[in-house]
Amino acid sequence: MIRKSLLKEFREKVGSENVFTDKADLFTYAYDAAVLDPVLPAAALRPVTSEALSYVVRLCNENRIPLTVRGAGTNLSGGTIPFPDGVVVLTNALNRILEINEADMYAVVQPGVVTAKLAAAVEAKGLFYPPDPGSQDVSTLAGNVAENAGGLRGLKYGITRDYVMGIQFFDVNGELVKTGSRTVKCATGYNLGGLMIGSEGTLGIFNEIILKLIPFPASQKAMVAVFDKMDKASETVAGIIASRIVPATLEFMDNFTIRAVEDFSHVGLPTDAAALLLIEVDGHPAPVMEDAEKVESLCRKNGATSVRVAKDASERDSVWAARRSALSALANLKPTLVLEDATVPRSKIPDMVRAMQNIAEEYNISIGTFGHAGDGNLHPTILTDRRDKTEWERVESAIAAIFDRALELGGTLSGEHGTGIAKSAFLEKETGMAAIDYSKRVKGALDPNNILNPGKVIGD
Amino acid sequence: MSEIKTLTELMKELEEQLVVCMRCGMCQAVCPLFAETGRESDVARGKLALLDGLMQEMFKEPKGVYERLNKCLLCGSCADNCPSGVNVLEIFIRARAILTGYMGLPAVKKAILRGMLARPELFDRLVEWGTKFQKFFTKPVNDLIGTSCARFAFPLIGDRHFMPLTPVPFHQITPYLNTAPGGRSGLKVGFYVGCLMDKIFPNIARAIVDVLDYHGVGIFMPEDQGCCGIPAVSSGDMKTFNQLVRHNVEKFEKESFDYLITACATCTSTIKKIWPMMVQDDSRNIRVKVKAIAEKTLDINQFLVSKTGVEEGTPGKDDRAVRVTYHDPCHLKKSLGISDEPRTVVQANPGYRLAEMPEPDRCCGLGGSFNIQYYDISTEIGKRKRDNIASTGCSVVATGCPACMIQLSDVLSKAGDRVMVKHPVEIYAEGLKS
Repeated sequence: MIRKSLLKEFREKVGSENVFTDKADLFTYAYDAAVLDPVLPAAALRPVTSEALSYVVRLCNENRIPLTVRGAGTNLSGGTIPFPDGVVVLTNALNRILEINEADMYAVVQPGVVTAKLAAAVEAKGLFYPPDPGSQDVSTLAGNVAENAGGLRGLKYGITRDYVMGIQFFDVNGELVKTGSRTVKCATGYNLGGLMIGSEGTLGIFNEIILKLIPFPASQKAMVAVFDKMDKASETVAGIIASRIVPATLEFMDNFTIRAVEDFSHVGLPTDAAALLLIEVDGHPAPVMEDAEKVESLCRKNGATSVRVAKDASERDSVWAARRSALSALANLKPTLVLEDATVPRSKIPDMVRAMQNIAEEYNISIGTFGHAGDGNLHPTILTDRRDKTEWERVESAIAAIFDRALELGGTLSGEHGTGIAKSAFLEKETGMAAIDYSKRVKGALDPNNILNPGKVIGD
Repeated sequence: MSEIKTLTELMKELEEQLVVCMRCGMCQAVCPLFAETGRESDVARGKLALLDGLMQEMFKEPKGVYERLNKCLLCGSCADNCPSGVNVLEIFIRARAILTGYMGLPAVKKAILRGMLARPELFDRLVEWGTKFQKFFTKPVNDLIGTSCARFAFPLIGDRHFMPLTPVPFHQITPYLNTAPGGRSGLKVGFYVGCLMDKIFPNIARAIVDVLDYHGVGIFMPEDQGCCGIPAVSSGDMKTFNQLVRHNVEKFEKESFDYLITACATCTSTIKKIWPMMVQDDSRNIRVKVKAIAEKTLDINQFLVSKTGVEEGTPGKDDRAVRVTYHDPCHLKKSLGISDEPRTVVQANPGYRLAEMPEPDRCCGLGGSFNIQYYDISTEIGKRKRDNIASTGCSVVATGCPACMIQLSDVLSKAGDRVMVKHPVEIYAEGLKS
């Protein structure tokens, strides 16, 4: 519980309409999108100014109150699930785009700006902010940075990390720390921004973020290739990369997912296909045409049973509508959906897909696999009903098996969803104990009272 | 068994539908209320979590959950955008019924719903009485839109610019109709008028009769029609709701017809979707009758386009065509998937040219009793709609729902706009006269 006098101070500084202590309000900040048990905080605060945000952080530290920052709460690893009796700090009132600089191609945003809103605002000026996590219509940019979110365009354009030029954040005492700059190059000081990216609210609280923008690509060409063997699809991916073509998106769907999408949206996908590749190249029109033709012939050479190239914008939309509906289609099959993001070097995709099929069989569960073939980031998606206790135990074992297999193949536990609490217990397997000890020393030095999102990433 | 235990048992009825929500949070992108407040308890995910919590016995008493559940426009934007296909509206309406049954109906609602709405004849008389007195309290404020506002500070009205009650409601002008199909269509419809058409927009009801006559469609319009029941069912008052459904079913079963038509998006979606979903069984076989009536219920625009062949006209070559924009009522587009037909009906009048506004299907913010309880938020949501309408520079906005018309009139009038608010059928009827 939080002392009454402290709540009074919060109300004075944050505004009483922005301090929530009713159980019915708190209950709505007890979860995120990860399949984990909810944890009730003692209060939720929604600062509307930077000063209030800084104050909240300092006050929590002085009073040893655990603090979890929350953007849109779309986290898939439990990073926004609060600490029992801690405080949730909402960033969605700090939602202004402070600057879009066309000459220097950067944007400055407050933490709670919604990803898709920034993308649309810069696109209106002919600029491009490429990271496009699946939740971009609601996710916040600070959340994206704190999780180092990815998306469909990782292969060519990289991930959130590649667009962060600078961060202003509050340290645990509420002091404003500035790192990075508005310049392409910046070689001063420690790269504290690098430490902040993916820190999941455990090292500091973001106040402003400077994001790199690039010119919006002039044209795109999308296509769908159908394969009757998984290996042929994988060889095609390898073949495209070997030809030094870097598609903007190179997505994969397995047979289970294809059938689910077709049942769900009747878009005419071949339900007997072993795999689909959805490919888009972008850039200036002439090279795009050339690359698209090369990709098409590579697909055919590697044994695609059909390749359909989108002729116009509406055909392109239908290609991506099929991909976008994958998660919905799978979600509609069973009550509980566990979306994993174990990632392997892209050459290991066929092994990883086979491993998923074997794991599904071994543990007798349903797994649909789709995802970003171009960057090795697959989404094995487990469909279950969490109320079925025996099946849920098998699901948990299967998740551990997926992690093991990804690591054996030289991969990582998480490509883009973060560690949170869902994967913190497995982290040692990937990084070894020394990395965790080192991280704990960093954490201990920067947050001696362990109030910043305790228990996340490196565990307790 | 403790009392709250009784409630959690009742909530179990919703379990299979509640587990479908995977807490992805995509509803935040489209919820008009969340866009204003940023509060998780205002968006579907938060409310579903609260209902789940109530079911899991996480709460000692349901009041907090009940209040937050009721703070919702029931616009269905969330369900429309839900990746997992959660039946949000059905869950919310069922939960409101369960919780109201458990907690009891608040006194004010009880007085309005059971004392007035449940008795159609008394309701009509009370409204007539109100009509006589409204001029003492209110004065016209925008002659083009036809809105009024309070003469002096008056708690019920606040700073609303509202559409006044009509001096003579439609049921007094035309109490009853039973006409045979003319030569052309061979069709006969039941005409469900709806409270707002009757008491505020009788001219639209008149236009509908004219248009149906023009197309040779026979009309059965029984006397003493009752409210469709949406204010009752959305307040969880199942007693009044069942009473009203039964009342209306009995009125309309006296004559046979091919389709039941209404020109109110909310009435249509209530009859078509909520009646069969929520009506409770009784000895008079009401569920079977309701199902039959729901199946043949059509929005007037849908009827005109699909059954009588109304199609877009060719606009004249001169620039005299009136520029009109169209607002999609949630209960037509999101609930019933009807968005092309009203636009066709508008454009069937060659004197009008349609110009789309940004976000035409964004909720106007009225939400029935939401507007009464949360007028400030409702107005903020409405302002975005007003800005979108104003950005088109159109002199008319059309929409297929009288409730939306009231909200649009309020926000446009308060902004001092010279934009008329019309029903698509009104526009079409104008074309038939000229």
